[in-house]
Amino acid sequence: MIYLDHNATTPVDRRVFEAMVPFFQERWGNPSSPYRFGNQARAAVELARKRIADGFGCKPTELVFCSSGTESDNLALRGVARALRSKGNHIVTSAIEHHAVLHTCKALEGEGFQVTYVPVTSDGVVDVESLAGSLRNDTVLVSVMHANNETGVVQPVEELAALAHRRGVLFHTDAVQSAGKLPRRLADLGADLVTFSAHKLYGPKGAAALYVREGTPLASVTTGGAQEHGIRAGTENVAGIVGFAEAVALAFEKVESEGGRLRALRDRLERGVTSAVRGVRINGATALRVPNTSSLSFEDIDGESIVLGLDVQGICVSTGSACSTGEPEPSHVLRAMGLSPRDAQGTIRVSLGHETREEHIDTTVRALKETVARLRKISSVRGAAE
Amino acid sequence: MEDESDNSNREPEVLPGPVLFYNEVVIDHFMNPRNVGELPEAETDGFGLVGDPSCGDQMKLWIAVRDDRIARVAFKSFGCPGAIATSSMLTALAEGKSIEDARRITDDDVIEALGGIPEKKRHCSLLGVRALQAAIEDWEKRRARS
Repeated sequence: MIYLDHNATTPVDRRVFEAMVPFFQERWGNPSSPYRFGNQARAAVELARKRIADGFGCKPTELVFCSSGTESDNLALRGVARALRSKGNHIVTSAIEHHAVLHTCKALEGEGFQVTYVPVTSDGVVDVESLAGSLRNDTVLVSVMHANNETGVVQPVEELAALAHRRGVLFHTDAVQSAGKLPRRLADLGADLVTFSAHKLYGPKGAAALYVREGTPLASVTTGGAQEHGIRAGTENVAGIVGFAEAVALAFEKVESEGGRLRALRDRLERGVTSAVRGVRINGATALRVPNTSSLSFEDIDGESIVLGLDVQGICVSTGSACSTGEPEPSHVLRAMGLSPRDAQGTIRVSLGHETREEHIDTTVRALKETVARLRKISSVRGAAE
Repeated sequence: MEDESDNSNREPEVLPGPVLFYNEVVIDHFMNPRNVGELPEAETDGFGLVGDPSCGDQMKLWIAVRDDRIARVAFKSFGCPGAIATSSMLTALAEGKSIEDARRITDDDVIEALGGIPEKKRHCSLLGVRALQAAIEDWEKRRARS
């Protein structure tokens, strides 16, 4: 198998796995228990929090552990909305956010909040002017992702956060796709709230965090025990959090060298595909992107068919569009960038990772060439276009 | 889906197999679709073009009719694996059938012949059936004119 869908999830690194094992087998206590066996688990969680805070560039007390990036996004949006309801009911986000943010915004609209969805340029970069113009006196939160999951395009988060702060508005960013991929400390983004997740950086599924800058008003969304400063009740995923910390440490150890290696492989892929196949475009190619992600649109064929064609040959990539996930609408991200529904439908996402080697890229280019040619022979719109 | 209360003895109807989203028959028709191509105008007795506005899929289907039977059928499809596989299976079912029998082919027939497709891909199978019916209607119109 050639796995090229690291933006979906990554394998757990061996060092991460080994760090986790004791917390299933010997030190499986509940961190909230009053005896020393529980204290050990508490110590492990707090050590992990410290290690992640060091990597992030924040205080340990500014991290809230959650179960997923989606939960962190929900906590950020709903938590701020609830805490600041008396101050205002307007939220600003972008048209290209992950569904964890977009669907949460929709839900908040149902609760009486007003949401502005700021457009992006054809490169997939959030339009700064539009965002500046959308801020109102009753705006309580701006949420714009750091790197887009489909295109890898990096958003000008520092600039947008500063813009929001000048108006006294809180800023959240979903950094799930950039954490561990860019050499920058997440703290330097200047956001008040930052979402990041373990399983996108070779940690386990089921562990994520929300950074909450000290003093940021945030209401609890999950009620129960006093875990996570009373913000997020529920017994901590001790092994997952320990693995998360190990993964963050590893990511920062090799972010520079790995970034350069992945960028070279990604460029090799894009050069290979554009020279082997006609009628292909690289989405967001001229924008700053995380080094591992490539969004490719092929004329006259369907992305899900490309995915299955590659799957049959043992290659895992993803669609840009969401038809396969049960949504008939082509990708909202690509549509927001101005792609026609048909071009958006013909898009795949290739995301590279630690195990990716040159030969995997070359095999994928050959398989893509063959699959695209085969599907175009079947395509009813190809004939019509010519 | 509607009846949440009774799931005790429910078959996992969405997945035809324990692992794969698409079963092997569907994958075979996707990888090696039958009757792909176009019929030349001179040999075409009926043509159908239909689109599925819900997902952007499109299908073109040509038939050649001899003695009220579908002697040849050809198709081209833009769409997901479900659309391609169901289009292919539809043409396999239609070929050689009398017009009357071909007209009675339903989306359920196509799905059954494929051994099932994922629930959310059911709508794909309508594309081929509608294209065939459009081609038969076209054949009738052409016959009425001549």
